Amino acid sequence: MKIRYLLGLLAVAASSAHAQLTVEITGAGANRMPIAIADFTGERIVSQALTSVVRNDLERSGVFKLVDTRGQAIPENASISYDDWKSRGADALAVGSVSPAADGRYESRFRLYDIQKQAALGGQGYLHTSGQLRGTAHRIADFIYEKLTGEPGIFSTRIAYVVKSTGRYELQIADADGGNAQTALASREPIISPSWSPDGTKLAYVSFEAKKPIVYVHDLASGRRHVAANFKGSNSAPAWAPDGKRLAVVLTKDGSSQLYLLNSDGSGLTRIATSSGIDTEPAFSPDGQYIYFTSDRGGSPQIYRIPATGGDAQRITFEGNYNVTPRPSPDGKSLAYISRNSGRFQLTLMDLATKQTQVLTDTAKDESPSFAPNGRMIIFATEVGNRGILAAVSADGRFKQRLSVQAADVREPSWGPLAK
Amino acid sequence: MRYTLPLIATLLLAACSSQPPAPEQNPAGVESRTPSATSSGVNEGNFEPYSIAGLKDPRSPLFKRSVYFDFDQYVVKDEFKPTIEAHAKFLVANPQFKVLIQGNADERGSREYNLALGQKRADAVKKSLALLGAREDQVESVSLGKEKPVCTESTEDCWAKNRRADILHSAAKEF
Repeated sequence: MKIRYLLGLLAVAASSAHAQLTVEITGAGANRMPIAIADFTGERIVSQALTSVVRNDLERSGVFKLVDTRGQAIPENASISYDDWKSRGADALAVGSVSPAADGRYESRFRLYDIQKQAALGGQGYLHTSGQLRGTAHRIADFIYEKLTGEPGIFSTRIAYVVKSTGRYELQIADADGGNAQTALASREPIISPSWSPDGTKLAYVSFEAKKPIVYVHDLASGRRHVAANFKGSNSAPAWAPDGKRLAVVLTKDGSSQLYLLNSDGSGLTRIATSSGIDTEPAFSPDGQYIYFTSDRGGSPQIYRIPATGGDAQRITFEGNYNVTPRPSPDGKSLAYISRNSGRFQLTLMDLATKQTQVLTDTAKDESPSFAPNGRMIIFATEVGNRGILAAVSADGRFKQRLSVQAADVREPSWGPLAK
Repeated sequence: MRYTLPLIATLLLAACSSQPPAPEQNPAGVESRTPSATSSGVNEGNFEPYSIAGLKDPRSPLFKRSVYFDFDQYVVKDEFKPTIEAHAKFLVANPQFKVLIQGNADERGSREYNLALGQKRADAVKKSLALLGAREDQVESVSLGKEKPVCTESTEDCWAKNRRADILHSAAKEF
């Protein structure tokens, strides 16, 4: 199945039109639930973007397949013909209406139905401007996803990533579907390792703009930023603690790359671990108790974890001689990382209880995995046809999609937290 | 401090393309000469190998500025020890000058791990220079990881060129 969405066309006020992410689904999920999303009555007064964004979101999740609604618009308060939708093969149906509100905004209301059980599953209403149309659509898709799967939807979340074109690096933020891309920082020097604060208001990242790696913390709403770590040598690999106050960072001020903890304002530096070799790529467990990291202390790069308060490091990976970039899942039960297998660098998932591992991709240059906040998908950077692209794969390895930008390399993805 | 990258790239390319030819002079003869910081200009058949002029003289061992490494390694191989010795001699002979060591890595694997690896490579060269008499404050080591490749093809040849530490001289206005 190959479906191409040009979601960029829907973007509102994107600041860099040349760098729109294009999404392409390259592998289908198993047992997808058939769902019908009827056109919302009146949505033409805003544009038809509302239901098309809802449909794209649900289909891109890999959990649903769309039932054709033949352009039929059904209002939010219509009575539903369950038998009719059952015969069309739908297990669920959403209907809705868009109408002008008194204050010049729009009101979008919708209801969701379980066709099999012949039951109403509830609905929502939102007041929004035309500029908030995509955001409203993502919220509707989140509601539908959560009602039907029992897990939070991630359509209202955002992703951060770096676009590299000739001599230019841009740190961009986009909706999880690649739309609405905004540039937070542009530089002639590399930008790497963006990391979202747990509340989604800030990004920590490494910029080489001062000719050496320095860690910055960037407030997204104001565009203001400050230096969080600029010590002698290199400063890199920022990772937020779940409390949103502290950062783990990697510094070389005392020799080779080592792990430190500091407050996000740059104060209160303490060292976490000590080795004679390389320690890098820290990531907190979701409960904040452990820090996973990459170290070559055993002779080859492997993944270890250490109590966040310091203590003995425990080795986690034993297969192969190159396992890097550990990223624990939001429930803390599994670990995504990159392993080298016969010269290929591939996204791998380990069940931390059983230590069972599964290679999730068939690409060869995977990097920088990042979990969606509901744990369902992992986004990562890879290379296809000599072009740096982002790809996402479901945690079971079945559902795959690619996000690419025309005439540029995309890399360093980081999936933001659930929208509040 | 200002590092001018286009200049560095130019120098690197020059260094790469001139690599195979051996120095014209007998190395033993070169080493017997007394280093001097004051001489300048390149004289035919008679030059000061560890002088500032030596930095720009293809016959000088200082003309080689790069140390290459094996995959995922940061041990300086024997074949690059003469290069490091030459730069250490320069720093001892010219105490007013400094060097910046930039460590690099090939494109394979994690960006952050490669950044750390590049730092280890730069530090290995720095340590060797210090053991040979360079002062701590004469040598700064930084890493560019895999972010600034001189060669961008996915071939072993290309990767080998990128697994590298470069010695940049303040005396040659390289940074």
